[in-house]
Parts: sequence; structure tokens; C-alpha cells
Amino acid sequence: MKPPTDFAPAAPGVQPRADPRVDAIDARGIGLASPSDPVARSLYEIRQAIHPRAVRGWFAAWRWTLVWATQLVFYGAAWIEWSGRQAVLFDLVNRKFYIFGLVLWPQDFIYLTALLVISALSLFLFTAVAGRLWCGYACPQTVYTEIFLWIENRIEGDRNQRMKLDRSPLTARKFGLKAAKHATWGAIGLWTGFTFVGYFTPIRELLAESATLSLGPWETFWVFFYGFATYGNAGWMREQVCKYMCPYARFQSAMFDRDTLVIAYDAERGEPRGSRSKGADPGSLGLGSCVDCGICVQVCPTGIDIRNGLQYECIGCAACIDGCDQVMEKVGYPKGLIRYATTNAVEQHLTRAQMFVRSFRPRVLAYSALLWVVIAAVGASLWMRVPLKVDVIRDRAAISREVAGGYIENVYRLQIMNTAEKDRRFLVRVEGLPAAVLAGDASFSLAGASTDMATVKVRTRAGDLPAGTHKVRFVVEAEDDAHVVVDEKSVFIVR
Amino acid sequence: MSQFTSAFWDFYIAILTIISIVACGVLLKMQSVRKVTDGKAVTTGHTWDGDLGEYNNPLPRWWMWLFYITIAFGLVYLYLYPGLGSYKGSLGWTQLGQLDEEIAAAEKEYGPIFQKFTGQDVAALAADPAARAVGQKLFLNHCAQCHASDAGGSKGFPNLSDRDWLYGGTPETIKASITEGRNGIMPPFGPALGEQGTKDVAHYVMSLSGLTSDSLRRARGREIFAQSCVACHGPQGKGNPALGAPNLTDQTWLYGSGEPTIIETISQGRNNQMPAHKALLNEAKIHLLTGYVFGLSQPPPKAK
Repeated sequence: MKPPTDFAPAAPGVQPRADPRVDAIDARGIGLASPSDPVARSLYEIRQAIHPRAVRGWFAAWRWTLVWATQLVFYGAAWIEWSGRQAVLFDLVNRKFYIFGLVLWPQDFIYLTALLVISALSLFLFTAVAGRLWCGYACPQTVYTEIFLWIENRIEGDRNQRMKLDRSPLTARKFGLKAAKHATWGAIGLWTGFTFVGYFTPIRELLAESATLSLGPWETFWVFFYGFATYGNAGWMREQVCKYMCPYARFQSAMFDRDTLVIAYDAERGEPRGSRSKGADPGSLGLGSCVDCGICVQVCPTGIDIRNGLQYECIGCAACIDGCDQVMEKVGYPKGLIRYATTNAVEQHLTRAQMFVRSFRPRVLAYSALLWVVIAAVGASLWMRVPLKVDVIRDRAAISREVAGGYIENVYRLQIMNTAEKDRRFLVRVEGLPAAVLAGDASFSLAGASTDMATVKVRTRAGDLPAGTHKVRFVVEAEDDAHVVVDEKSVFIVR
Repeated sequence: MSQFTSAFWDFYIAILTIISIVACGVLLKMQSVRKVTDGKAVTTGHTWDGDLGEYNNPLPRWWMWLFYITIAFGLVYLYLYPGLGSYKGSLGWTQLGQLDEEIAAAEKEYGPIFQKFTGQDVAALAADPAARAVGQKLFLNHCAQCHASDAGGSKGFPNLSDRDWLYGGTPETIKASITEGRNGIMPPFGPALGEQGTKDVAHYVMSLSGLTSDSLRRARGREIFAQSCVACHGPQGKGNPALGAPNLTDQTWLYGSGEPTIIETISQGRNNQMPAHKALLNEAKIHLLTGYVFGLSQPPPKAK
């Protein structure tokens, strides 16, 4: 048998070789050296275009459901209005994040941390239970690749037609098809970039500006940047993003164990693989269930052969499960030669029930518990959030001064942030130090979602307090709602 | 001598940098290809611990081109910008130049905000809420550290919100105080007056503003005051704004009205400095600040 040519991906159905390691490497398309003469080989491979065959089935339907769900939210949410403003708007210039009724200020940054912690714990949990669910169904890279592949399929045809088209010389027809494809991709990319920028600058204004070609330089840059990134990643880079760039792809293996659901090929049942005539009894031919049709390889978006076992390139999209199940149905074998199963389930012949029971193992329970604790804490914190923030800043150089009438006075600046979208009047009082009283008026009116600085003076009669530092609290309360109250600590200094 | 060596180090660094960058390219080229035989799997050729090899897990070839692009970028950068020894770069970029550009850009953007107030007189500024809002921000940034956020001052730092002025409360004198600063000096009289003499004057000074004082000391202090203090504080102790000599007959005390404080002031003197702000603030900002400070002690504008 002749060795495969340089870097060519192994053709589906290559016979197993003696050294399985060599075989595994060969299957990944890196190539073998020729037996006798030394040959110079590049340590970098030329990427072979992958033309995944379109696949339908249970898992493909799930993926499309998630494509629709995520894209409806992404393209749609920017257009929703909420009490006179964009419902979801991350106003970086004015440092306010609007999410429906919620207005987050820079001081609420902790919620972003919480969101990231929740995302990370969810990723750990889902990965420990069922592998790369995120990668296979919800990751933007997967979602946009799926959309772009669908367009490619509609314009150029399925796998075989695309491969033929790629090999054919450039004709007017080929040029037309390619131009139509790239134009459609480009349009989707630009709309994606536009929508993305629309979350940071009001999208309706953005649309009006685009219509009159009066976008600002940065808006233009980001629209085109994200547009190009979408086009490039989903149209050209595809599986390379997962294989070479994505850090999650690599560290998710740390969350895997032998009871994690993965896309598993049941080698015991499938091997030895081989084609057979219809209706032949595989047992008498000495064959397993795998008819070696190669569908599982053809549908794979990362171009691997799942029959070589779990590989880091596998994004867990289950396209091969859908493909193989259809073939099994056609040839009249039971489904599930390739299926979601755990390593232990395949090796120890566990039933589905036994396999799922093992989902309740300590690491999964620990991830779940942590996740719920964090979610509950964030929920409670958001529920009890007071739409008022106060910072008390003591005057630093002018520590303590004598004023007419025999008083000792300290000066404070109160930074009052009315984070509700409603005009309010706030009353300030001093507590915790009976000898100290506020001098002068201490009520301040603030417009909704605005911040203001108020200077207040606190005084005590000279001699009432010993020299030194005394704890004092400023209580700022909304005039119309006693629940909107903030209690801030500071000190009163006498010298 | 140093001129010789400095030229040497310039070349040393420039040549070393260029050699390093080129060497990166050579290394990359050499390490991109391996010769292999015998039907063995391609490895990187590295061996650790005697027998640990590494299978070739190839990066895509476009990734290799990124490395070459990085090298080209580095060379282009070093041609355009300073980086090779004392070579200035073909663009002539400097940090100071960039700073000047940024200052000019900021001036262009924010200048008009201040400029529109320069035409108005100080009394008008003091009554204009928009001008006061900008003025307050300037005050908090530049003045509140000493004079307190409410401009009420503190020990040694005059209260700017009352009607009492050391150097006069007209717009002109306020602007002069901000622009040029002030240096208020009270010379020490302790050695000249002696302990008892100082105490006597202190009691006389206390009596000027109606504080309780010892009548005997007051009488003696009056004579000393007439000799030593009138030059600046005036015969009635009303002070002299031209010198910044405070009025001793009112209730305003810069350092405190207690007997020990007054004795300390007389015996050791005071040397108090308000720094000049002309180097820190431009004329438009000083004008706005003057309006704000002037307005602090004006009666609030009547509601219309």
C-alpha cells in the first residue's frame, strides 16, 4: 500500500496499520515519511478545506433550535424599547449599563464578575456531565459556522458539489456562485457587526447614521471589524478557531473524566468494519456493525474520524451521531453505533440508567452546589439592591477647624448617586455621634440616573468631644421611600 | 571620551537588535522543515531524558506566516519609530511631541467651554449658575485641598466664604491672589518683646475683638502695640489689606483666638504662603475661579 501523499487527510476507510500511534498521526493528516529516502517535511501543515456534508437529525435539530434562539436574542434584543430608551444598552461613554429595568453603574462591576463566575461554573458543570455542549450547540463560532455552511450549501450545493466546484477551473458560473456566497456572508457579517455596535451606541441612531453615511470613525471601524471577524471566522477559519485559537477547547479536557458523556464510537460493536452487500449477515462475514460508509467523517465539521476515539478536535456537535444513525436505520441495524456515552459505559456495558446515575458524582454535585450558591447570592443581591449610592469623602487637609460661636467643624463631600431612573430628593442626617450635628441644609435633589456632589458640614461644640477620631455615620434617605437608604461610615476629627 | 563611547553603544544596540530579529527569521526557517526517513512518524526531532520525543502536532501554515509578518512588522516599526540606538525614526515621533499634540487637542475640545466665560465680568460670573458649576469643579480640583470643599478654610488657610479678606475682596485682588500667590509674613517679636511683653501685647490684641483679657496687661500691651505693631496692623488694629495684615478687631482668626495661639503668633511670627497658580491654570480658568470665589461671599441672587 502506498503511503498517503504529503499532508493529505487520510481517506475515509484507510486500513488500520500495524503501529496504532502512527495510524493516529496519519489519520490527522500529518503524513508519514517515505520508507527509504529522507524527505524534507514541513512542520507546518497546509490547511485542507473541510466540506462537511449537511446532516439532519435529532441533534442537528437541537443545534438549529439554539441557532434560532441565540440569534433571535442577539439580533432582536437591541431593538426593544423600554420606558423611552433602548432596553439593553451598554453606554460606555456615560458609564451606565441598561438592562431592561436595571441600570448598572461602574460601582456594580461585581455583577460582571458574578456573571463570569456563573458562566465558568456552568461551563465546568455542563462539561463534566456531557462534554463540550457549549462548543457543539451554543458557541458563536459553531452557530455562525452553521449559518454560513447553510448558505454555502444553498448556493454551491452539498459536500460533493462543493468539492467538485473547488477543483473545477474558474468559469463564469463558478465566479458567480462564489461571489454570491461571499456577498451573502459579507452582508450577514456586516449586519452582525452593526448589531453588536448597536448594543454600545443606540441602535436606532446608528441605523439613521448608517443610512446617511454619517457614522463616526470609531463606530465605522467597529462595525467593519466585527463584520470582518464574523465573515472571517465563520466563512474561512471555522474549525481552525477551535483547534488552534480557542483556550476553552484545550482546558475543557481537564473537566472530563471516564463518566463524562462524550461522542463515543462503540468499537467493540463496530469493528472489524467493512462494506457488505445488502442483507448479508455480518456475523458470518466476520464483520462488525460499521459498514465503513464514511458518513461520520464526511459530516464532521472539524474533519476528524470519530472511530479513532475521542480527540481534542471533537467539538461534540453530534453530527456523526445523526449521520451514523440514519445509515444504521437504512441497513437495518440498531442505532447508536456512535452515540453519547461515557467511556465507562462503553467499556463496562452499562445500561443508560446506570450511566446517568453516575452523573451524580462528587465533582458534578460540587459544581452544581457552587453554581446554585452563586446564583442565589447574585439573585438576592440584585433583589435587595438599593438604587442609591453614597461615597463620603472627608476633606483631607482641612482636618478640623474652629468656627465662630465656639464650634469645631469637619467638612465632608458626599457623592450621591441616584441610580434609579426617577427624580428624587434625599435627606442627609448624621448618626452614631450624639454630640455632632449637621450644620445647615442637608437635603439634595437629583435627577434620575444622575450623580451629584454635596458639601456638608458637621459640627460639635468645642469641648464636648475629646481630641481624636470619632466614628460617625451618614444616613442618606430618599424623601419618598424609606427603603431607599444608605448608611456610610466616616470619622469626625477633633484636634 | 564619553562622546566616543555613546556612539559605540548606539551602534552596539542597533546592530544587536537587527541581528536578533534576522536570527529569529533564520531560526524560524530552519525549524520549519525536518528531514525524516524509515517510515517513522514525523517528530519535532527534539529528545528529552534520552528517549522522550515529540510527535509533530503541526500548526497551520498561515500561522507560520504570522511569525514572518511579526518580523517584518518589527523591522518596519524600527524604521518608522525610534528604537535603534539613537536613530530617531523616519516619522520623527517623540513622547513630548505626542504630549503636545494631546494637549493641543484637549485645548481645542475644552477651550471653548472656558472661553465663553472670559468676556463676562466677575460679578456676572458670580451670578451665573453655569459659570459657578464649572468654577466649583475648578475649585474642588485646585483649591479645596487647603481651603476645604466649602471654602470655609481651616487653621492657617483663610475662609473664602465670609466677608473678611486679608488682601481685599475685590475681583482684582482675588484674581491677583490666585495668579501670583501671596506670601503673608508676620515677623517674630518674641526676642524683642520678651516673654512678659509678648503676653501683654497678646492681652491687648484679645481686647481688640472683645475677648476677655487682663486689664493690667492690656494697658501695658497697648503701649507696646503702638510701637511695634501699628506699622502693619494700623493704630486701631484694623489691619492693612495692601500688606495682608489682618484686622485684629473682628471675630475672624486665621490661626485661632486662644491666648497660647496668639502668643505663639506674636513670639514666633507666621510665614504663610499661597502658591501662584499662573503656571498651573490658564487665564480663562483663573477668571472663572475668581468669579466663583467672589460669588461665595456675595449675598445669594434674589429669586426673580
